[in-house]
Amino acid sequence: MKSKASAKPKTKRAASKKSVAGNGYSGMVELRLYVAGQTPKSLAALANLKKICEEHLTGRYKLHVIDLVKTPQLAQGDQILAIPTLVRKLPVPIRKIIGDLSDLEKVLVGLNLRETGIVN
Amino acid sequence: MATLKVRHSEKEKPHALEKSLTGIAGFDQITNGGLPKGRPTIVCGGPGCGKTMFAMEFLVRGATEFNEPGVLMTFEETGDEMTKNVASLGFDLKALATRKKIMMDYVKIEPAEIQETGAYDLEGLFVRLQYAVDKIGAKRVVLDTLEAIFSGFANSGMLRAEIRRLFRWLKDRGLTTVVTAERGDGSLTRYGLEEYVSDCVIFLDHRVTDQVSTRRLRVVKYRGTSHGADEYPFLIDDQGFSVLPSSSMRLNHTVSNERISSGVPDLDAMLEGKGYYKGTSVLVSGTAGSGKSSLSASLANRSCSDGRKVLYVAFEESFAQAARNMRSIGINLEKHRKSGLLRFEAWRPTQSGLEMHLLRIHKLIEEFDPEVVIIDPVSNLMMGNPHEVHSMLMRLMDFLKMRQITAMFTSLTEGSRKEFEQTEVGISSLIDTWILVRDIELNGERNRGIYVLKSRGMAHSNQVREFVMSQKGIRLLPVYIGVGTVLTGSARLNQEAREKADLLIRQQTVEEKMRARERRRKAVEGQIAALRLELADEENESTLLAAEQLNKAERMAQDRFEMSALRGGKSNSAGRATKVG
Repeated sequence: MKSKASAKPKTKRAASKKSVAGNGYSGMVELRLYVAGQTPKSLAALANLKKICEEHLTGRYKLHVIDLVKTPQLAQGDQILAIPTLVRKLPVPIRKIIGDLSDLEKVLVGLNLRETGIVN
Repeated sequence: MATLKVRHSEKEKPHALEKSLTGIAGFDQITNGGLPKGRPTIVCGGPGCGKTMFAMEFLVRGATEFNEPGVLMTFEETGDEMTKNVASLGFDLKALATRKKIMMDYVKIEPAEIQETGAYDLEGLFVRLQYAVDKIGAKRVVLDTLEAIFSGFANSGMLRAEIRRLFRWLKDRGLTTVVTAERGDGSLTRYGLEEYVSDCVIFLDHRVTDQVSTRRLRVVKYRGTSHGADEYPFLIDDQGFSVLPSSSMRLNHTVSNERISSGVPDLDAMLEGKGYYKGTSVLVSGTAGSGKSSLSASLANRSCSDGRKVLYVAFEESFAQAARNMRSIGINLEKHRKSGLLRFEAWRPTQSGLEMHLLRIHKLIEEFDPEVVIIDPVSNLMMGNPHEVHSMLMRLMDFLKMRQITAMFTSLTEGSRKEFEQTEVGISSLIDTWILVRDIELNGERNRGIYVLKSRGMAHSNQVREFVMSQKGIRLLPVYIGVGTVLTGSARLNQEAREKADLLIRQQTVEEKMRARERRRKAVEGQIAALRLELADEENESTLLAAEQLNKAERMAQDRFEMSALRGGKSNSAGRATKVG
């Protein structure tokens, strides 16, 4: 399950009030989710992530799900230790979020989708 | 030191713990065969104690000497950094990596980049480890400062569970693993890793005493096997890590009846005419300038001439200096060095701690394999705690004896004469032959006296000899032993001259006496002769007197007859006449 990308043409700034794409970043958000087999944590992480993306990054994210059981050599590149790990490759700087992504607020902060103090 | 053979004891129990040789010099000896095979070992200690070096050497030697490829997982240093670090030990990680002997994986932990949301585990670590192990068929694993993960993740409960799982995992796969860990306050490791690894824990220490640093290693725990429990000094140098095993517990070195000449014929003469026993330790002690180095050089010179390899460790003179100085007593060290029989190593005693010196000597011996080792002077090593010095030297001597190396130590003694034989009591009991060279100061001169204080197993001379160095080498002269004193030098010559004069005088006196007696004899004889003459005269006289008396009587008788004849008868006168006629 290499990719789950939904690449729609760039939309104008997100309609949702809640979402601010990283300090005015309006490009594509590139995400990688590292899992190791179909473990409950991995499955939970994937489900949570999909939900968040659809809700907050509609149309402007790319998501790769990498199963390290199948491609262990990829673990080194992104310095994966914890499973599951979500890596935001773009925009830079790289951010990593580990865990099953069950805490929505933390994920949004981690992905820089919610700027603290910015409300509009 | 590269190939260290460990004798596998034939007594080894059938189900004894299997061990994996580390290839680290000395370490395999103190652990009777290395680390537990297929199990994790913790190597802990403070910063800069050599944990990583230990781990790296374990890995590299495994890959190069025991055909056991290894995975290096570093948590603090990148592969490049590590490659550079160990290049100083002569390890080429890059080459080993291309030959698939070693696989490096740097695990970077950047807490700032990481956000935790919900449950996770460290499966990624396992995946990476598994991948690396499978790729090269690794038998060994090094996790260099695994504890760094504690700084990266907040959930310590999860971390502990994962670490426990990791050790289990390593064990299940039979990977001989070294995990390094930082020392903690009041515990062996900061995060208590030793709780999870119950098989083998090694503690490294780096301490500084009297401004001299010493590294020490201790096997804290080694389940299921006997091991040396002492603290062993170790050294990290350009050839890696080496541990100095303490003295062997048993005194079972083989002995030899072969003799090695001391290089001084007169000294050999004092030692049953043959010299030292091969494989024994000789101590030459004396005050400054008493000729200790010259005796050492003589031994070196002679041994090299006999085709033996000699290692000369000097703490006071450089080779050039020693060579020049020894030329003055007719010894050419340069020649022997060129021929490769003499290895001359000079370094400052203050350069490092005692252990380092001894380790260095150890390594030189392993490398050069000499038959004779000279340490000039060993007293320079005697710094710090005397007990330590003693045990260290004992280790060295044991080692030398085990290898059947004839060793000569010189020792500088100071102070009064009385202390001569006490200062080295620490090592003297370990010594087989002890030669004392001392100054004898008399009549404004300092001369050297030499004697053999002890020499095990031979009827050595009990004499004090005078030690004379000249262009022709060393000679030992019999000293004058007179009325309770030993005289040397000009005092000896003086005394000898005086004795000669005395003798002459005595002779003259005797002659004079003889002559006087002769004269007396002659005088007496003269007297005897005179008396005899007198006696003879007297005798003559008395005979004459007697004869005269007789004549007189006869004449008187005649007269009387004649008178009577004149007065009367004729017949009577005829008869008378015949009587008288």
